[in-house]
Amino acid sequence: MVEPILSVRDLVTYFRPEEGVVRAVDGASFDLHAGRTLGIVGESGCGKSVTARSILRIVERPGRVEGGEILLRRADGRVVDLAKLDDKSQEMRNIRGGAIGYIFQEPMSSLSAFHTVGNQIIEAIRLHRKLTAKEARERAIELLQLVGIPQPQQRVDSYSFELSGGLRQRVMIALALAAEPGILIADEPTTALDVTTQAQILELIRRLQAERHLAVILITHDMGVIAEMADSVAVMYLGKIVESGPVDAIFHAPRHPYTQALLRSIPSVLAAPRSRLATIAGSIPHPYARPPGCPYYPRCHSFMAGVCDKSTPPVNRIDAAHEVRCFLYGAATETAA
Amino acid sequence: MIAYIVRRLILALLTIWAISVVTFVIIQLPPGDFVDAYIVQLSASGSVVRFEEAQALRQLYGLDQPVWVQYGKWIIRVVQGDFGASMEWNRPVTEVIGDRLWMTIVISFAAIIITWGIALPIGIYSAVRQYSFADYIFTFVGFVGIAVPNFLLALIIMYFGFKLFDLNIGGLFSSDYQLAPWSWGKVWDLMKHLPLPAVILALAGTAQLIRIMRANLLDELRRPYVTTARARGLVEWRAVMKYPVRAALNPFASTIGYLLPFVVSGSIVISLVLSLPTVGPLLLRALLAQDMFLAGTIVLLLGILTVIGTFISDLILMWIDPRIRAGMHE
Repeated sequence: MVEPILSVRDLVTYFRPEEGVVRAVDGASFDLHAGRTLGIVGESGCGKSVTARSILRIVERPGRVEGGEILLRRADGRVVDLAKLDDKSQEMRNIRGGAIGYIFQEPMSSLSAFHTVGNQIIEAIRLHRKLTAKEARERAIELLQLVGIPQPQQRVDSYSFELSGGLRQRVMIALALAAEPGILIADEPTTALDVTTQAQILELIRRLQAERHLAVILITHDMGVIAEMADSVAVMYLGKIVESGPVDAIFHAPRHPYTQALLRSIPSVLAAPRSRLATIAGSIPHPYARPPGCPYYPRCHSFMAGVCDKSTPPVNRIDAAHEVRCFLYGAATETAA
Repeated sequence: MIAYIVRRLILALLTIWAISVVTFVIIQLPPGDFVDAYIVQLSASGSVVRFEEAQALRQLYGLDQPVWVQYGKWIIRVVQGDFGASMEWNRPVTEVIGDRLWMTIVISFAAIIITWGIALPIGIYSAVRQYSFADYIFTFVGFVGIAVPNFLLALIIMYFGFKLFDLNIGGLFSSDYQLAPWSWGKVWDLMKHLPLPAVILALAGTAQLIRIMRANLLDELRRPYVTTARARGLVEWRAVMKYPVRAALNPFASTIGYLLPFVVSGSIVISLVLSLPTVGPLLLRALLAQDMFLAGTIVLLLGILTVIGTFISDLILMWIDPRIRAGMHE
């Protein structure tokens, strides 16, 4: 099998405010391959964004990457553990934007209102490439053209508030790709957009991925987006990846009760009219009152008393690519072994 | 854009006119008039003024006419550059105010620049290193600074300056130059005397400004565009200085307009303590003596300066904030 470009192992990112500990990411592992899309899906607050920010080491205090490995394969073949790098180091800064581009959820507030979009793109280009101001400006115009912004020569001098939501998100994509990174992290890139614009932005990401052989991490809570975009899926719940596998396996043979519940709650055009939308019982526990054992057991319909609330379920392998963290599948591992 | 500036100018002129009316009304508000105050002053020193004499004085100054006639006469002469005579000093108001207005402007600007020079860096540091040891120290010193009356601070500094360094801090000129005409030597003398009073005046607003800058910047530091800047590989201090600090400074441009009157009216006591030749103490004295033309002229000049300051800060905001420029085209 091809070596992954990014390999996250047992990533632990905790927030330690004075009141207690929030285990935002608690032992997440996944692999990312060039040219492929990994979808990370889960409810709000499950640690998706913190996982992505941990990779770039831009988690805000009092959050900190406290353990695990983030192994990044650089263009020259070297493998760097980002979890061990100093987050202020030159190397880490080169990786931000240079090796990994990041698209944020809110294109309005993610751009400075005091600087033209060109100013910010040119800044991103010149941070990683030795170009003159004039060359960088031409490059910025090319990038705007690449992401499908009409009249890029004029738009380069626009301010973010002069653009529509869709155009702003295109600018964000141009900004993320300014230094031609091999990895693109898209953190809920379409959440703030209307449905038509959503489809256009996803199409753009897919096109750029094909053209540049990008590895994409797509973070979303929208199973529809995952189905359309992802090659493989990691389902997160309370800082843990509860199930991961190829997109077909996740959608057609979901194993974890949480994944099954998530899929049931997708509205369907085939559903009987006026029927109620399926929901997941309960809500995410308060971050300070995390249940012991499997974090999902209080909401789980297959809860086994004395098992699920006692210890953390191990990762059980369904097949080569499909893994689930649940006691229901313990036997499968044993027979396989 | 030109239309916007012209509209602003017309509004500024209307505002100045309104200020002149309000000024005049305020001057008329206290019971009695200048002649009453004059009589009280004279009787305090033993002399008695006869009723006919008082009436003659009132007629002389036009105090027996209706208020709106008095205002009309006053404003027509003001427009012609004649601010009337100070009743107390028996000299034209322009002569009494004289250099004091310029001294006030010079010392105010020096104080404002020092205030910003001290407060903004500290505010930035306190926000970026929130809850650090130094932040707590600055917060503590800041609150003490807000609580201590400034004239007390002025007295303490004067005392130690005199005691330890044999400095005479009072005034803006040495005795040699006090009454001398303007010359390079006098300017140099002013430059030597300016820093200490300016620093004392500046400290008055510093503590408050540190708190404002800290709060502004803390708001901005949490915005997603800062994270975006970090995510593209920007060095931390550059990501902070270029984006959130820029945004946090914006509101300060709009305060330029009322800084001047704030420094003038807020510093009357300090100016008295330090015997600075500014308009603050003059205004206080004029108000006490009901010296109508002098007080009115000072209040009017401060009002006009405020309007001009606001106009300038509007222009600056237009220049530095692209959102305002964009709003003007709609």
